[in-house]
Amino acid sequence: MELTDEMIDDLAHLARLRFSGEERISVKKDLQKMISFVEKLQEIDTTGVKPLLHMSDTVNILREDEVQGSISREDALLNAPVKDEQFFMVPKVIKK
Amino acid sequence: MTIAGKYEVVIGLEVHAQLQTASKLFSGDSASFGASPNTHISPITMGHPGVLPRTNRKAIEYAVKMGLACHCEIEEDNYFARKNYFYPDLPKGYQVTQHTTPVCKGGYVTINTPTGKKNIQLNRIHLEEDAGKSIHDLDENYTCIDLNRAGVPLIEIVTEPVLQSSEEAWQYVTVLRKLVKWIGVCDGNMEEGSLRCDANISIRLQGEKKLGTRVEVKNLNSIRNVKKAIDYEVERMIAIVESGGTIIQQTRSFDAGNDTTFALRDKEEANDYRYFADPDLPPFHLTKDFIKTMQVSLPSLPEQLATQYQQEFGLSEYDAAQLCDEKATADYFESVTHFCKNYKAVANWMLGPIREYLNGNNFSFDQLSLHPEVLAELIKLVEEGQLNFSVASSRILPSLINGKRSPLQVAEEMDLLQVSDSTELEIWVNEAIRSMPDKVAEYKKGKKNLIGLFVGEVKKISKGKADPRSVKTLLEQKLDENTII
Amino acid sequence: MFSFSSIQDYHVFLTGNPNGCVTAVGHYLSVIEEKKHLNAFLEIFANDALQQASALDVQRATGKPLGKLHGVVIALKDNLSYKGHKVSASSRMLEGFISIYNATAVEKLLAEGAIIIGRTNCDEFAMGSSSENSAFGPVKNGLDETRVPGGSSGGSAVAVQMGMCMVSLGSDTGGSVRQPADLCGVVGLKPTYGRISRYGLIAYASSFDHIGVFANTVDDAALVLESISGPDEFDSTVSQKPVPNYLAQKEKGKKYRIAYFKETIDHSRLDKEISTQIKSFIDVLKADGHTVEPVDFDLIEYVVPTYYVLTTAEASSNLSRFDGVKYGYQSSVKTTDLTEWYKQTRSEGFGKEVKRRILLGTFVLSAGYYDAYFTKAQQIRHILVDKAKEVFSNYDAIISPTVPTTAFLLNEKAKKDPIEILLADIYTVFANLTGIPGISIPLFKHSNGLPFGLQVLTEHFNEEGLINLSREMTKLKQ
Repeated sequence: MELTDEMIDDLAHLARLRFSGEERISVKKDLQKMISFVEKLQEIDTTGVKPLLHMSDTVNILREDEVQGSISREDALLNAPVKDEQFFMVPKVIKK
Repeated sequence: MTIAGKYEVVIGLEVHAQLQTASKLFSGDSASFGASPNTHISPITMGHPGVLPRTNRKAIEYAVKMGLACHCEIEEDNYFARKNYFYPDLPKGYQVTQHTTPVCKGGYVTINTPTGKKNIQLNRIHLEEDAGKSIHDLDENYTCIDLNRAGVPLIEIVTEPVLQSSEEAWQYVTVLRKLVKWIGVCDGNMEEGSLRCDANISIRLQGEKKLGTRVEVKNLNSIRNVKKAIDYEVERMIAIVESGGTIIQQTRSFDAGNDTTFALRDKEEANDYRYFADPDLPPFHLTKDFIKTMQVSLPSLPEQLATQYQQEFGLSEYDAAQLCDEKATADYFESVTHFCKNYKAVANWMLGPIREYLNGNNFSFDQLSLHPEVLAELIKLVEEGQLNFSVASSRILPSLINGKRSPLQVAEEMDLLQVSDSTELEIWVNEAIRSMPDKVAEYKKGKKNLIGLFVGEVKKISKGKADPRSVKTLLEQKLDENTII
Repeated sequence: MFSFSSIQDYHVFLTGNPNGCVTAVGHYLSVIEEKKHLNAFLEIFANDALQQASALDVQRATGKPLGKLHGVVIALKDNLSYKGHKVSASSRMLEGFISIYNATAVEKLLAEGAIIIGRTNCDEFAMGSSSENSAFGPVKNGLDETRVPGGSSGGSAVAVQMGMCMVSLGSDTGGSVRQPADLCGVVGLKPTYGRISRYGLIAYASSFDHIGVFANTVDDAALVLESISGPDEFDSTVSQKPVPNYLAQKEKGKKYRIAYFKETIDHSRLDKEISTQIKSFIDVLKADGHTVEPVDFDLIEYVVPTYYVLTTAEASSNLSRFDGVKYGYQSSVKTTDLTEWYKQTRSEGFGKEVKRRILLGTFVLSAGYYDAYFTKAQQIRHILVDKAKEVFSNYDAIISPTVPTTAFLLNEKAKKDPIEILLADIYTVFANLTGIPGISIPLFKHSNGLPFGLQVLTEHFNEEGLINLSREMTKLKQ
């Protein structure tokens, strides 16, 4: 499987990462190697094998509908990079 | 044929309904509406490093109930999936939802159309968590994020693309809203965002089998806006096609300010959500017994109940439908019937004076402080002639609501009990006749409809206490006699 | 002069020393200071530790019942949430971030009377096997400071290795406790998946992450394991099984049926001396009456690629929460475009290795490649789980080397092929793919002067067997 520059850009965009210049070349090279490496998995015949979706065999782990565990707004905003007294803040999202 | 007539419209609706649970889907924060920003919050809601989800049992129960009410097949082996995308009000950078195993599959919702009943086929109903709120108009340069809503449980109800007009869409959302309120899983409050609708709209030439390019219009927050948005879109799409253009697949939003839609993003930017089974949440299996328990716990649905009321209580189709408009109304009605067998009277009272009172206060029947037994007693007093309806509804009823006394006590206190005792009545009747000799003459000459005037006069003289029926009988007797008083 | 050999001996010391905890903490603080050039710790909680120690000394004086880990000085890997304290996953992305809740494992440590002395350096977001991927400088192996301690829990391994604390917690997603334990010459234990609650462990790959224990002795590791294991209302994947007394001596005199995968002992990448020494030890085991037999494992070359597909996929999702909105790093580059803002923050906040793995994870989950890579890997994982069950239906344990070589030089991997580095995980990832418990016990010394260990694996929730067999083996080697 051949990795193109466009694919790198698409993947980076999906992951909200940006690569430019040297880093982009290096990342593309590394990613190509890693993809070729994992290509190996195609060698195994997995016909009829169910994919393993969950590691523990626990099922129906449910909690009662009770209000508990909330923290204060102050604690919630403690680590926020940009905020005011009430909200987390980010650069304007919708530009009309 | 009109231009519009050339085309047929194909609509599919996705309705998100917030479940009325006390706590969120995966954390114990309160799920209620209207709190001060960022107070229904915890490390789990915020997606802090290291946190893990715990599923709310009640949310699953509510989802299953809705599925059963919509005649869906309930999935026994369920798990949750992660839908990965970035948005500031999506704290984890993914939404936990159900992708390949929706808890309810298929099903239908029945609506009324001009040509009769129509079953709107559903594709699925699944559980997912809500995102927070992005508020754009509080600050010039920043968008404010409130995570109170993040994690509130939702069911997403998806129809097949079988709705054929904005009118049908209107009907469908109306019925759906009533249903979720009826079975008690969602308060159906569209202004508060408890119920939100996205519409997928496309057009094609009449008779064409292939579906046209579809456009999604998101976040329609009132039933009227659903209709308006669809109307606008259809017109817009037809105009494009008629002028030789092609419709672009895109996501649009509705501008309630001028009833138009505008583009949010094009297909090119459509997200690859990379769904995969959430490893932090084990599967949940629903047994046949559990599903049966949920089925049994469902109340009779509005249509069934209305039919039952017609059959069991002899009510008219209209009255029955009105009583079954909201569960609280039906519940109240049934509780009154334990104390009063004059079902028609109960319906009249509830749909007349009581509803008027409730409307005036913006209440519904579950907020009515009038014990069913008290209403039953009031009805009985009117039946027996001890009170007339008008006095009972306008003077007695208000004192009974939120009050502690019985109707009889109130009536006595206010001296409103009707008198049908003939001696008292005779005094008033005689006085009324004496006071209007010219009308008496006219009556004797043949103007029989003046009887109402005399009844009214007796009412005035007796300060409302004279029983109108007895009064009328006595008046007629006296006026027809040739006795001079 | 305070000295530590085991928790049991320490508890004896405490009975005769009313200020024993404070003394111990004082001792460790000075060792930490002495060894700070190893960069094992990112932060020392000196005041808290001394306060905790004081309170514990008072508690002991009142004669009240004491916790299992009373006064035990413990270090936490920098990916465990400790309320009111910074945690950063050794990343710029969380520099300055303060935890607002306790990880369940940390709650349990505190409830049992442990003293938390600091947070240890590691590979960023636990991604790496040398502890060189930290945003705050690499960790050095205390036995040879030109060499790596292994990773990702290198700091926690060195802390125990160099006597900077009694025991420490790390995390093991592909071997990140067992591998550094091996390279540092200490005990490193990874229990069964679901044995210890993951609530509060900063997630790398949710179905592979485990909290693990570093200690000088198997007994100490067993005691810590017992203290932090068990059900937890905050973790839906944790096991409801009751926690046995892991410290207790069980299966005394038992002769075990032990398997080893042929392909592991004779692997082309395995250091020849490690192979030889382990083979000799197999003879020792046999001579002691245990059955040790080779078993086929033709899937060995597929474990690492399977591991990388699945862990990077889960990681790409787990790390999406780092967006500069609710917490963490935010780029100072001004932009009003949201997408650009995300990219700026995340590209500046994450290190190179983390970004590479996110990218690979995004790739294997993306439309068009999902089935061929992600689903495929999940199917192979299923086959591996079945294989483990099959082996354990005939054997009590599997042994293997933990790492193909002894500790390699710092900066060596920069010259290496990235795939070569990944392949060094070949012995450890099996336990994470299948969820079975594993331990690395420091039985051996290489002629190059460096230690190396033996990896022992048992079936799910058989930590008792794992611990007892490890004790036996340790005794045999002495």
